[in-house]
Amino acid sequence: MSGIDPSVMWLTFFILSVFVGIEVISKVSSTLHTPLMSGANAIHGIILLGAIIVTGETDNALATTVGLIAIVLAAVNMVGGFVVTDRMLQMFVRKPKKADPTEGASK
Amino acid sequence: MIDTWAQYVFLFCGVAFILALKGLSGPKTARNGNLVGAAAAVIACALPFFYVSNMKHVPLIIVAIVIGTIGGVIGAKRVQMTQMPQMVALFNGVGGGAAALVALLELHQIGDGANISWFNLAATAFTIVVGSVSFAGSVVTFAKLQELMTSRPVVFPGLPIAFGGSFIAVIVLSVVLVHSPGMLVGIVLALLGLAIGLLLVLPVGGADVPIVISLLNAFTGLTVAAGGYVLANTVLLVAGTLVGASGTFLTLLMAGAMGRSVANILFGALKGGSTLGAGEASDRPVKSVGPEDAAIMLAYAEKVIIVPGYGLAVAQAQHTLRELVDVLVARGTEVDYAIHPVAGRMPGHMNVLLAEAQVPYEQLIEMDEINDDFKSTDVVLVVGANDVVNPAARTTPSAPIYGMPILNADAAKQVIFMKRSMRPGFAGIENELLFEPTTSLLFGDAKDTLGKLLTAVKAL
Repeated sequence: MSGIDPSVMWLTFFILSVFVGIEVISKVSSTLHTPLMSGANAIHGIILLGAIIVTGETDNALATTVGLIAIVLAAVNMVGGFVVTDRMLQMFVRKPKKADPTEGASK
Repeated sequence: MIDTWAQYVFLFCGVAFILALKGLSGPKTARNGNLVGAAAAVIACALPFFYVSNMKHVPLIIVAIVIGTIGGVIGAKRVQMTQMPQMVALFNGVGGGAAALVALLELHQIGDGANISWFNLAATAFTIVVGSVSFAGSVVTFAKLQELMTSRPVVFPGLPIAFGGSFIAVIVLSVVLVHSPGMLVGIVLALLGLAIGLLLVLPVGGADVPIVISLLNAFTGLTVAAGGYVLANTVLLVAGTLVGASGTFLTLLMAGAMGRSVANILFGALKGGSTLGAGEASDRPVKSVGPEDAAIMLAYAEKVIIVPGYGLAVAQAQHTLRELVDVLVARGTEVDYAIHPVAGRMPGHMNVLLAEAQVPYEQLIEMDEINDDFKSTDVVLVVGANDVVNPAARTTPSAPIYGMPILNADAAKQVIFMKRSMRPGFAGIENELLFEPTTSLLFGDAKDTLGKLLTAVKAL
């Protein structure tokens, strides 16, 4: 293991992830573009993890405040993103057999 | 060094994100895919509380998470399906902003003039700048879609110079940061990133905003990936890269569906001359009909194609439209919905809006499959759509939508064009289809008029 340069290892992760990222969505139908975009949007909310780690390391009062702001923003991105995507997909999955005209009309 | 067990959990979460994206790209697996992603994200975010030995400010961090979670859930539950693009833009923007702040904090942690690898510092600079671009760009996108500002391209004389200047300054300052890391340089980079974000999105016209949302989404993904490198965290790197790569791919796919290049969308307005139409109502003569006559045209047609647009959803008329279609189908008429890839305010938006009204998705036909059917169609009913049936996309090279593939509604025997007024569509261009001899205009609010149509068809 000692032969691997860490920066090459990171580059390997990055390049392989690029290919996986393109490959997994390459066959998506345009029907699902909006939920897919919204779901991917939620996934990058994982920056919340980074925000938590950085905030947990600092002693400086200003840095802590900035970190807490970052946590709030990232949590909005992550949680809101997954919830709104689920709301959309719920409508796709539901089998529209017997339609209720009043439902959703007020939304 | 992160505990080995925690690294295994991060690996597990990275794989879960791949499965989540994979799931999201198929209609049957999408909902589970999203839930898998959400579970992985929750697990990953809970992890530092267990493996970091002396984590500070834990109560404050938890309060901040709770506040953000409540904000996110309220936003996600309250938003109307018509406002989905704004919501995605907003969520994306706050994510980008958070990434930029994280990188600034990491820079602060490193300390002024510390000795650290140049690549790490370059990644920090990248995260700060692109995160800020994504934040400012998303805010402008939000404002345009929410109609807090004009949806037309905003261009001022010095814009290309300001943009180019900011861009060069970013590169120069990034080099400075790599040589001598310092907080001041980081903050200036963030400010320049904000400026670039503004200047990038202001000149983009309303019709192209969906592409920009997708592009900024990819930007935030790459930002998170770079942040993952800076923090030496694999799950951030993998998740961010996945979103960055798939987002870029999706952006190119959508731009292709509109017959545009991404460069043309971003910088087209800067070249000038691409803003046809004054955005005002025309007084050229048109043929208009009442709901009763339109009902007769529809009821005695053999084949009808509905072209739904964003206006339908704004009027909340999807449900009435579905009832009308049900009645027509019961009478033996063949009815399909023609869905343009960018109908609505973002790609795939119309599918979401019609799914909300419980329209069976077998009736939703994509543009490429239905475009040849228009010439054998008796009546096309255009409801709340405009730009996606505008022949200017084929005939007028100066039009902002020129080159965008459109639905061939003009090939049908008759067109009933439902409109509230003669105002042009989101792209701000006059629609020649309105003045065709085969086109009849049916004026009025979409919901109200569809209700009258429904009553009239039922009475026949």
